[in-house]
Amino acid sequence: MPDTPEPADQDLPEDLPAAKAVPRRRWQLPLVWLVPGVAILVGIWLAIQAFTGQGPTVTIVFQSGEGIEANKTRIKYKDVDVGEVRKVEISADTKSVIVTAALNKQARDFAVEDTRFWVVKPRIAAGSVSGLGTLLSGAYIGVDAGKSTSSRSEFVGLEVPPILTEGAPGKRFTLHAATLGSLDYGSPVYFRKLPVGQVVAYDLDKDGNATTVSIFVRAPYDEFVTTNSRFWATSGLDFTVDANGLRFNTESLATLVLGGLAFGAPAGQPKAAPAAPGWQFPLYDSEAVAMSDHDTTIEYYRLVFHQSVHGLTVGAPVEFRGLLFGEVSAIGIHYDERTHRADVPVDIKVYPERLRKYSKTLPAPGSASPEIVRGMIEGGMRGQLRTANLLTGQLYVALDFFPNAPGVAPQAPGKLRRKGEKSTPVEVAGDLQEIPTVDGSLNELEASLANIARKLDKIPFDEIGKDLHTAIRSLDATLKNADGLMRTLNQEVAPEFKRAVQEARETVSRAERLLQQDSPLQVEMRDTLREVGRSAQSLRTLTDYLDRHPEALIRGRTPEDKP
Amino acid sequence: MKHAADSPAALAAHFPAGSAARSGLTGCHACGQIVRLGIEARAQCPRCGSSVHLRKPNSLSRCWAFLIAAMVLYVPANVLPIMITTSFGDTQSNTILSGIIVLWNSGSWDLALIVFIASMVVPLGKLLALVVLLFSVQRHPLGNLRQLSRLYRLVEMVGKWSMLDVYVVTLLATVVRFDAFMSVHAGSGALAFGGVVVLTMLAAQAFDPRLLWDAAHDDEAQGTARLKTREEKNNA
Repeated sequence: MPDTPEPADQDLPEDLPAAKAVPRRRWQLPLVWLVPGVAILVGIWLAIQAFTGQGPTVTIVFQSGEGIEANKTRIKYKDVDVGEVRKVEISADTKSVIVTAALNKQARDFAVEDTRFWVVKPRIAAGSVSGLGTLLSGAYIGVDAGKSTSSRSEFVGLEVPPILTEGAPGKRFTLHAATLGSLDYGSPVYFRKLPVGQVVAYDLDKDGNATTVSIFVRAPYDEFVTTNSRFWATSGLDFTVDANGLRFNTESLATLVLGGLAFGAPAGQPKAAPAAPGWQFPLYDSEAVAMSDHDTTIEYYRLVFHQSVHGLTVGAPVEFRGLLFGEVSAIGIHYDERTHRADVPVDIKVYPERLRKYSKTLPAPGSASPEIVRGMIEGGMRGQLRTANLLTGQLYVALDFFPNAPGVAPQAPGKLRRKGEKSTPVEVAGDLQEIPTVDGSLNELEASLANIARKLDKIPFDEIGKDLHTAIRSLDATLKNADGLMRTLNQEVAPEFKRAVQEARETVSRAERLLQQDSPLQVEMRDTLREVGRSAQSLRTLTDYLDRHPEALIRGRTPEDKP
Repeated sequence: MKHAADSPAALAAHFPAGSAARSGLTGCHACGQIVRLGIEARAQCPRCGSSVHLRKPNSLSRCWAFLIAAMVLYVPANVLPIMITTSFGDTQSNTILSGIIVLWNSGSWDLALIVFIASMVVPLGKLLALVVLLFSVQRHPLGNLRQLSRLYRLVEMVGKWSMLDVYVVTLLATVVRFDAFMSVHAGSGALAFGGVVVLTMLAAQAFDPRLLWDAAHDDEAQGTARLKTREEKNNA
């Protein structure tokens, strides 16, 4: 190809202007290369941001994946987004759900040992309604940041949201109870009817014999939990029927449904030091039990009754001269082969401490007790069954002094003997000292009831009945007479009366007929009156004539005068 | 490809026969005046003063610059969420691809297809097309020159229509604002996606399709030159 410019086209004018030269730019590097530079910088920045914004990835094991969706369910700490669920899988053993979640940067400290995860969904429990917001937005995973420094990336999610989050001021205490009662997570803890804390955990003891309940008492109320505090369950409705009658008690309306706990120090005790966190307390069934004196010394005695103990239960009170002194610990039955009679041995436990409170001169309990009891028996002390409540038929054991009771020589421990005869020992609960008994008040009551029945028997019901029968019969006759009279009136008087009325009606109608316009009477009357009028006219003519011709009276009428 | 040459004759040799540049002529884009152009790097129209050039200056490097920038932004545009929807406290962020999947799964496959074509196929296709065109100029033509020219026209035309996603997001973000009930926010992916579209448009604009023909002519010239030298060698 030739290297010379080709000649211009023939149609082009020859005087084409030349372009004006412009000095070269100083920069050779075109500015346009800034654009990809900026783009790369932006890309790097976004990448760095995405990389550093990424927190740790954790896996959480839940029992169920209800409401959890991959790439949708959020992880929130104090209601602030700190991550998102990336994956929801079923575990290898298909028993649980493994949730893989990516936490973001600000939650990087959350992947530590004691961090807790749980699913927040609408929940109505323990006196509070929570998670209502999730009704619309769907469930999310709540997290409570742990304080530990050892990191961890695999967690087991809680099935129930924790009651309190880390760092709440207050103290935790541990309670030991035989049963959980109606307590639940979040059940309130009351102090003087003021809610001051909550149940945060409960568990069965390892041996399965008792339960441990963890409670949290908020500051500043935790100061009121002292070393001598007593805890009792106010579980729901405290409705008791016992020898003392019917009791009904509840801490607050909420505990009616939810159950709860209350604590307090027994009255009259000096103020004790605040309990340290984690202090262990027993949990009593009721306030009365919690507040009662917890007698350290317990002594057992046996009473043998020769009557029915229907209405007596284990735990029934034992009263000494009307004061609560102990309770029934066991009831059995013993058959005596020789006498062919059955006795009822009743074991009681008593608290001798109560006796010593005001009788300081007594020796300390222990070896001296049998001597004291023997002395009391000699003084006439006997056991007796008494009816505590007529309505429910509950019985209690009364220890009282009966000066007239037949003297019974106190028996040696281990031997239960009927009066005056030897019998085999009753093996119920070891060797117990026996306290003799007298017949219970129930028997007396039966006797008086029988008395009343006998008196009732004497009432001559037959005669009264007979008299009543006669009276009724005469009344019947009287009524019959009255009935006859009525019938007479009905049959005889009534038709007569009817006839009279009919006749009266006829008379009236007849009179009516007479007085009618066209009745014969009326016509005749009219004719008669007309005749009378005519007569009057003739008379007037006659008088006029006589007036003018008085002589006519003598001469008679002249012929010209004739009309 | 640079057209730096010492003389107008040497410069003209780069252009195929029959082109205006071969005769050292060009038309002013602003006023249409035909001007005679020498070897000046920068020149102005003597009539209206706007800059004139035989070919778009730095066409290839400008095109590459925009293209690389677009490629870089293409990654965040697809990885980052393009739209963040909050309804009843439930926040959902969708990337372009997840949005398409949601549409597909909810049964509106036609909409999914439209979004897929407009937001995935078209930008990617544009990037590829521009790479093909640049490669054709700088190495050797990947196909018929007429087909390549048609490809360039297609890229230019489609540019204005590939902002569909950005339009949808901006419309929704301004209209759907019911605070607690529902709101839509543009994600940073939307910004990157907009960047990709704008940059590919700029790249397409920076590309000078006449270079395709110039390059073909150059190749041919080099070929004949090589042939000539071989003949000379043989003769020798």
